[in-house]
Amino acid sequence: MEGLLSVSVGTVFWASVSFIIVLLLLKKMAWGPIVASLKEREEGIANALNEAERARAEMVKLQAGNEDLLRQARDERDQILKDAKLVAEKIRSEASAKTQAETDRMITAARAEIENQKKAAIAELKNSVATLSIDIAEKLVREKLTDAEKQKALNQSMAADISAN
Amino acid sequence: MQNVLTSIQNTYTKFGMALMALMLSVTVAFGQHEDAHAEGGHEFKPGDMIMHHISDGHQIHIIGQIYIPLPVILIHDGHVDMFSSSNFWDGFDAHGELKFKPYTASSGTTYENHHEMIHIVDSNAHVDHAHEAVAHADTLHTDSTHVAAAHAAAPVAEAAHDEHGGHGDHAKPMDFSITKNVFGMFVVLILMIIIFKSIANSYKKREGQAPKGMQNLFEPFILFVRNEVAIPSIGKKKADKYVPFLLTVFFFIWMSNMLGLIPFLGGFNITGTMSITLVLAALVFIITTVSGNGHYWGHIFWPPGVPLPIKFILVPIEFVSVFQKPMVLMVRLTANITAGHIIILAFVSLVLLFGQNSAVAGYSVGVGSVLFMVFMFFIELLVAFLQAYVFTLLAALYFGDATQEHHHDDEHH
Repeated sequence: MEGLLSVSVGTVFWASVSFIIVLLLLKKMAWGPIVASLKEREEGIANALNEAERARAEMVKLQAGNEDLLRQARDERDQILKDAKLVAEKIRSEASAKTQAETDRMITAARAEIENQKKAAIAELKNSVATLSIDIAEKLVREKLTDAEKQKALNQSMAADISAN
Repeated sequence: MQNVLTSIQNTYTKFGMALMALMLSVTVAFGQHEDAHAEGGHEFKPGDMIMHHISDGHQIHIIGQIYIPLPVILIHDGHVDMFSSSNFWDGFDAHGELKFKPYTASSGTTYENHHEMIHIVDSNAHVDHAHEAVAHADTLHTDSTHVAAAHAAAPVAEAAHDEHGGHGDHAKPMDFSITKNVFGMFVVLILMIIIFKSIANSYKKREGQAPKGMQNLFEPFILFVRNEVAIPSIGKKKADKYVPFLLTVFFFIWMSNMLGLIPFLGGFNITGTMSITLVLAALVFIITTVSGNGHYWGHIFWPPGVPLPIKFILVPIEFVSVFQKPMVLMVRLTANITAGHIIILAFVSLVLLFGQNSAVAGYSVGVGSVLFMVFMFFIELLVAFLQAYVFTLLAALYFGDATQEHHHDDEHH
């Protein structure tokens, strides 16, 4: 008060007392809780960041796993398809071979049958030709024995018969 | 004026402050001006005006004739006298200046407020005649010759003071008054409690959420002091112990500086008051000294890695630096804030001085002065923050020094 730079005991007293009281009050009521919550928040943010980093790493790992799984599945599918194709091919080829064999067998059987039938028919034809010839011969012989004319007519009718047959 | 000048010169030599040389030259310049116009009746005295604004007082001057009285608390001869400073008031003189009269307190002791310094008036002391002459002249006054007489009488009175300063017949009581700056300090401290208590509450209420409002306004500064000042200077582990003090000091200085910049609010000069910065510096000194570890004291009293003869030179220097460091904190803050006030007030005075000669001169100087003042106010806003930062940072560095662990011991031994 006396001068600008002189020190007054009263002011020093009030300044020390009030400043120290306010310092202690603020320390207890304000700075403590404020700094504590700031620290808490800082730690919270740091934790959250770490957590995010970890989650991302996890994600990458998971993604790699998925990829693997997918590739495996694809391989498996390819394998299955290949196997199926092979099996189908085998079945088809087996089936066609069987059919071929059957067909061949049936054709052979048919041929044999036809041959048999032909042989039988020829035999029968031979038989009936023989019979006819014998008949004709018999008739001719009988007509010849009776009349030349009649024999002629008989020949003609016989011939007609044969042609009719 | 004379009184102020001598006290400045005394303290100037006492503290050896280079910065105060600027201040002194300003006041001397105004002092000469005043002398030159002394015979011209009531002159505007820039020196008085500036000193009135930056020094402490027993009342708050708002504007013109509006004063707010403050409690006066005096201890003398074992009894305490408490009364309002308005008891000293004796109306206003012709120029609107507050006049003072002696007041007899309930204890029977009569006090007087002489240049905001409270003295005891001894009824049978002859040394006070000069003072009474002042009071007398001020009471009768009205014409300029009387006022001039009063001014002429003032130095005589002061001479008498100097002569009898230490004597019982003119003792000064122990002055525990709530002065202007003490009151301003209380205002700042109460504001701090209200603001930071409410901020602490909102931290509790909005736990884990983003800051809002006042909390959001102050959080960057709290974080700044903790993360940019305390932790780099002291170290992460030990900083927490000092953070409450650093935060309190930082906000106290900053808010006090800002309060001092508001015009018409009493012209507080809290951080420009040596008594208050002394307390802050003393706290820094006490904390540094108490928390100083073996390493710290070792470096002071037995500097490692230095030849013996050098130790004899170094130890006294180191020892002085223990006291000199807080002293520098005190002086730097006081000088910076006071100098800022003086410069702004000097620009105001410039306008009034020129205005005394002619209104035109006053107005034309006023334009330039206002521009300079605006500039200075911006600088002062910066300085208000800067000084709070510098004080806090240096305090933190001193604490860091005191608590530093053995870092480079291996190199030394």
